[in-house]
Amino acid sequence: MECYLGIDLGSVSTNFALIDRYGKVIKKIYLRTAGRPIETIKNGLKMLREDLDSDIEIKGVGTTGSGRKLASVIVGADVVKNEITAHAVASLSQIPEVQTILEIGGQDSKIIILRDGVVVDFAMNTVCAAGTGSFLDRQAQRLGIPIELFGEIALKSKNPTRIAGRCAVFAESDMIHKQQLGYKVEDILKGLCQALVRNYLANVAKGKEIKPPVVFQGGVAANSGIKKAFEEELGMEVLVPEHYDVMGALGAAILAKKAISQNRQKKTNFYGFEAAFKEHRAETFECGGCPNLCEVVQIYQGDKLMARWGDRCGRWSQDVAV
Amino acid sequence: MKVTFPHMGNLYIPLKSFFESLGVEVVVPPLSSKRTLELGCKYSPEFACLPFKVTLGNFIEALEMGADTIVMAGGIGPCRFGYYAEVQREILKDLGYRFEMVVLEPPQGHVWDLIKKFKHITSNRSFKEIYVAGKLAWKKLLMADRLDKLANRLRAVEMEKGKTDSVYKRALNLITEARTEQELGAARQQIVKEISSIKKASEKNLLKVGLVGEIYTLLEPFVNFNIEKQLGELGVVVDRSISISQWVRENLLPSFMKSKEPELLAKLAEPYIPCFVGGHGRESVAQIVSYANQGVDGVIHLLPLTCMPEIVAKSVLPKVSKIHSIPVMTLVLDEHSAETGLRTRLEAFVDLIRERKEEKELGVLSWN
Repeated sequence: MECYLGIDLGSVSTNFALIDRYGKVIKKIYLRTAGRPIETIKNGLKMLREDLDSDIEIKGVGTTGSGRKLASVIVGADVVKNEITAHAVASLSQIPEVQTILEIGGQDSKIIILRDGVVVDFAMNTVCAAGTGSFLDRQAQRLGIPIELFGEIALKSKNPTRIAGRCAVFAESDMIHKQQLGYKVEDILKGLCQALVRNYLANVAKGKEIKPPVVFQGGVAANSGIKKAFEEELGMEVLVPEHYDVMGALGAAILAKKAISQNRQKKTNFYGFEAAFKEHRAETFECGGCPNLCEVVQIYQGDKLMARWGDRCGRWSQDVAV
Repeated sequence: MKVTFPHMGNLYIPLKSFFESLGVEVVVPPLSSKRTLELGCKYSPEFACLPFKVTLGNFIEALEMGADTIVMAGGIGPCRFGYYAEVQREILKDLGYRFEMVVLEPPQGHVWDLIKKFKHITSNRSFKEIYVAGKLAWKKLLMADRLDKLANRLRAVEMEKGKTDSVYKRALNLITEARTEQELGAARQQIVKEISSIKKASEKNLLKVGLVGEIYTLLEPFVNFNIEKQLGELGVVVDRSISISQWVRENLLPSFMKSKEPELLAKLAEPYIPCFVGGHGRESVAQIVSYANQGVDGVIHLLPLTCMPEIVAKSVLPKVSKIHSIPVMTLVLDEHSAETGLRTRLEAFVDLIRERKEEKELGVLSWN
């Protein structure tokens, strides 16, 4: 069977999506990157191979996410795409009429505005990570609540308390203050959901025209409390697609499929699942060529230099094309 | 006397030429780097904007190399820039450096003041000598600006990746080294020859992006992560709305020699920002409208964090973008060095305008 693989190497999670030639998702994997992107990719490849039928043939690979370049070096990608385009492509494949995409991931959040199936505007959070997945994770941990139950508990609240959502540090001290006054956990959680949504709409979505259908995706879309808070604040229904947690990977897979089908002659760059068993290592050094002191990263497979980046002037990256 | 000045793009080329022609020793600070930024941040007020910090770093590096006279521009109006030289002088004094600071205020018609200051720096050279030195510097500046414009087009179409930039670097050296107008003429011929040797791909259907915003972040490649080069790598022709020569024309020439163009341009911003808001806030908006009229595919708006004039401009951009139907993306620059984040936004923006353009062309086709 012909398949296409998408890999989204993000700061917090690394996702895999395998689609068939009709674009249907056959297999998806959601892993924590845990600061070890190379290992995580290899683990994902191993898990994929164990689960798959032997007649599967990978015809194309796409990578996205902040580590898209690194992922491409390890697996051999046909398409390397930024996560905004990848998310938009994936969303369109699930809900073709979509006009607004709200995406909240581990370290960043974005809004994408589409009209007639074309991206017309987008924005990403610029300076602060308040209101992204990592922050929610941390607060759930502090309250001793499994992150999976966060939304469910928040939905029980009848009197949400008001929490300042402008900054992660202020939000946390606000929460502690409320907790010491004796507010119920569910009211604090619901308050946090509302604060996060307020912050998102005031900062990331500032000045953007939000029209339905609104799609909510990214890891945080699993949180029903946030979804509800969005619906209340926007006054419209918010849709969470089935594969909300791997939309970036799905988009990358679709883009790989498109790239290969445009040029049937082209063979995929995919190194095969064997890539998971090869030894990769990253080495860094500080270039002393000028006062910029760029930190140059070199990726090796065995003894072979696969890629180099991090230099501003191109002195090191130029001779090794990625 | 050893004269130094802050970096802002290629500004050092004409300045160095000007002072050296007049027999003044010049210390060009090292090109802005991570070290410059670190030094600048360490001694600046935390809430000062990026241009303040980087130029302060330039001064410290130049003083370390033995400079004893700093030439800095002044300014008027709501932008804090007018105050920079004063604050920087105090900070550097507190650090124990011994130097003189000459602040060149925009003459506002009083050209004589400016010439008097130059006369002071150059220990009373004659008006004629200053004129000759100024003319050579001006020609170099025009040539460097022209080179920028060419490179911003060539990067998008070069067949051999990186070729434009290697030619560009050599060309800047040639311009810097010329000591007379005659030598500059020869340098020019050499540069033209090298540029025409760059092999180009098809120039049809190229995407074009305009750059607007705060002048320093637009002109200094170190703080904007070399955005012009990055867009070129993505196959986009770049048009930067501000150049140094243009700034000199508008601010240093006496009013009867000024062109009417900036005034006409400012009119385009009138429905959104009817008055002067400092810096280039009003001009940014006007340039976006002008780009939309020229059929440019998209505009990127740059500003340093906390830049008041550009924040005013930013607040009206959603409206401008909608009415004139042109995509605009604002990028805020600060000390952080997350180049990946910037690259992601640039790539996504280029995807957006490319798809928009294709859609438009399809639309035209189906109408016929």
